[in-house]
Amino acid sequence: MATLQLGPATAMRDVFGQTLLELSRKDPRVYALDGDLGTSTKLDVVESGNPEKFLQMGIAEQNMIGVAAGLATTGLQPWVCSFATFIVKRALDQIFVTVAQPRLDVKFIGAYSGLLTGLTGKTHQGLEDLAIMRTIPHMMVFAPADAADVRKVMEFANRYHGPVYIRLARDPLPNLFDERTHGFEPGKAVLVRDGGDVTLIATGTQTIRSVEAVKRLEERGIDVRLLHMPSIKPIDVQAIVQAAEQTGAVVTAEEHTIYGGLGSAVAEVLAEHRPVPMLRVGVKDRNSESGPNDALLKKYEIDTEHIVQAVETIVRRKGNAR
Amino acid sequence: MRSGTPQANAKELERIAAQTRRLVLETIHHAGAGHIGGPLSVTEILVTLYFREMSIDPQRPRDPDRDRFVLSKGHSAVALYSVMALRGYFPVEELKTFDKLDSRLQAHPDMTVLPGLDMSTGSLGQGISAAVGMALGAKLTGRTYRVYCVIGDGESQEGQVWEAADIASKYRLDNLLVIMDHNRLQQYGWRGDGEKQRLDPVRSPKERWQAFGWHVLETDGHDINKLLESYDEARQMKGKPTIIIAHTVKGKGVSFMENNYVWHAKVPTAEELRLALAEIGQGVEV
Repeated sequence: MATLQLGPATAMRDVFGQTLLELSRKDPRVYALDGDLGTSTKLDVVESGNPEKFLQMGIAEQNMIGVAAGLATTGLQPWVCSFATFIVKRALDQIFVTVAQPRLDVKFIGAYSGLLTGLTGKTHQGLEDLAIMRTIPHMMVFAPADAADVRKVMEFANRYHGPVYIRLARDPLPNLFDERTHGFEPGKAVLVRDGGDVTLIATGTQTIRSVEAVKRLEERGIDVRLLHMPSIKPIDVQAIVQAAEQTGAVVTAEEHTIYGGLGSAVAEVLAEHRPVPMLRVGVKDRNSESGPNDALLKKYEIDTEHIVQAVETIVRRKGNAR
Repeated sequence: MRSGTPQANAKELERIAAQTRRLVLETIHHAGAGHIGGPLSVTEILVTLYFREMSIDPQRPRDPDRDRFVLSKGHSAVALYSVMALRGYFPVEELKTFDKLDSRLQAHPDMTVLPGLDMSTGSLGQGISAAVGMALGAKLTGRTYRVYCVIGDGESQEGQVWEAADIASKYRLDNLLVIMDHNRLQQYGWRGDGEKQRLDPVRSPKERWQAFGWHVLETDGHDINKLLESYDEARQMKGKPTIIIAHTVKGKGVSFMENNYVWHAKVPTAEELRLALAEIGQGVEV
């Protein structure tokens, strides 16, 4: 179990660039494919450190994914990197037809996911990637929370043969997990804090924001179990069912639309195995905009305070149901 | 000159092309569904690739040094399957399973079920990108195989084709040969002067590909010898990818199908099949 202590902040993109550089040096199969965003996503670290392993594909995501598929058939392991929204929405049919159907060994890096994309607004935010990628047969979908998590997820993706989607965030966030002890397994939740009143299940950046929420709730006398869900597909059915049985209420938190992502995946499990009161914290059915990080999180109702409120609401509802 | 491939002469290749057309017509008739005009226009291209040009061995479909083939215009799969069957990848009899549940011969090529297919295709414009990736992969890993890709002229309306063209040129993929089956018709297209007339799907293909930095050849896509000469010429080209714009006739070989867009995907009746087989000189079982 991790502790609720948060360490110094790191940006996922920095960890990503450095980790991929290391993988490209260790593994002759690994190549980095850029959609002309290397300076933003930090894929440029690979070009600086290992230029032979860097392939610039230009501003043409559909072709980039097809080229990756072709490279994969020759025994290479291409890592396709762009903003989440451009990979997932601009080139979706290419992902289905040329990568997922033939189960090729291509890794998709959805950088700049969520709302906080550096004042770029609606066209550059990625709020639907988990939902969309989850529908693709054979696709594994991961959303790590911090530096150690990103590293472990990438190391797994490198070992695994098949298509993987990894969701990353742009801006620095405090670290939660200890690099030396933290592990990652697909389909496994990470217990951050045990608790008996309610379970908060979070993914990606929202796991870090949930740590602060859990502390505030603790002060108000609510004993929260916090589960980090880095693996959206496959999902940890056992941990979700157990949480429902043992705590009787569930809240999910994701920097993503409430439709189809973590909240939906958890709701599917609960509805089929162990229905309990539940609330989803995520972006509602609305278009987003550009703005400062804190203001965006607040306006789109996914900041720490909204997580706290959702947990309090569901605990009250659970109490009333008794 | 290409290892592992029988060096059939032009006369034999013509005979194989006629057999291919028979299998295409019979298979579509038997399946009661499928495309027919495109498979008949691409026949000589596929026959010359599989029986002369490509270094392949049906017994070793996963040989890492084999030449690669991608049918980007995946809806002509029935022609590819017919040629592959004649070449020995699987029994000709298996063509009867085309389009059926659990068949290895899916309506559009599925590399996960049929050994010998190098890419799954069907959604237009995508196969050429995968072929670019295969050619780039050969360059990166120091392998000498060549990559062959057939695209359609209608397919070339997809923007992805031109994204792929740009990258192939940037990475100087001279181990890539694309052949455009330029049969001048697509499924529906734009109406020309008369009701049955249709406009060419892609204007000035030669100039377009040249502008993207490609080595461009044009030839008669039904002339075996001219196709073989073009392949030879393409292999000599260094530092640039090559495209052969192969001028073809949609529905080639069957008078009532030729140049008629309605036969893009239409199933011949028993009587139409009999007439068609007679026209291609395959009226009697071989």
